[in-house]
Amino acid sequence: MHHFTPISALIGGLLIGVAASLMLLLKGRIAGISGIIGGLLHPSAGDASWRALFLIGMMTAPLGYLLWTGRLPEITSDVSNRTLIVSGLLVGFGTRLGSGCTSGHGVCGMARRSPRSLVATLTFILSGALAVFVSRHLIGVTP
Amino acid sequence: MSAKQSLSSLILGALFGSGLLISGMIHPQKVQNFLDVAGSWDPSLSLVMGGALLISAIAFPLILKRREPLFAHKFHVPSAKNIDAKLVVGSALFGIGWGLGGFCPGPAIVGLVSGSSASLLFVVSMLLGMALHRTYHDLRSPPT
Repeated sequence: MHHFTPISALIGGLLIGVAASLMLLLKGRIAGISGIIGGLLHPSAGDASWRALFLIGMMTAPLGYLLWTGRLPEITSDVSNRTLIVSGLLVGFGTRLGSGCTSGHGVCGMARRSPRSLVATLTFILSGALAVFVSRHLIGVTP
Repeated sequence: MSAKQSLSSLILGALFGSGLLISGMIHPQKVQNFLDVAGSWDPSLSLVMGGALLISAIAFPLILKRREPLFAHKFHVPSAKNIDAKLVVGSALFGIGWGLGGFCPGPAIVGLVSGSSASLLFVVSMLLGMALHRTYHDLRSPPT
């Protein structure tokens, strides 16, 4: 096993669950990030500002980390730029076509016991594992 | 939008983003290790989803019993019920992109502020992918 971090993963997950639940309780909205972004790309009147503010709020998290630790979180990727572009296009197109991502389907939809979200979540975890298997072990795109 | 609405959007976003950051999901290699069952498997991220569901799976049904949310007049909950090709193909494409890059939408947005060029390149491509879907959608069913 590789760098197993159960405590921080669980704490982070609990926070995500609290945020998603409060989002539903206070605003009646699903905390699905691809949907929140997608709605901003073709906004309807009065529907844009909560989306923009939520995303800006998300981006303050690294600043909290900076205040706490004195540095920004370091994100490293060993994926080529070409692969990053392809993956971005697939994630953008796929989440809109499939109406959700890890947060909308994986957390909120599963919490609502939505059969659609269960199918979506199983599908993207399986296809994600397959993509990693092919790229890492068959082609060797990433070490 | 009222100050209460604006402030709650910001705070909820910050809480959600902090969860993603603390959980480790903002690190693409950690995501790829979670998906790499045949190699350097790191099961941590199953605890992220597990932890999130521990709260939301209990809270959501209770909240949805209410007539309306606290700060709004109605719940905006997806009404689609059918499991169709769009759902499965879209989720499969998303999963392939998630595996190849290690980013999904939320963590990539949080990662923008770390100054990571990989996050930036990914987010720009993702927005382009979303715009492409919009074009595709409009071509298939022109807006009336």
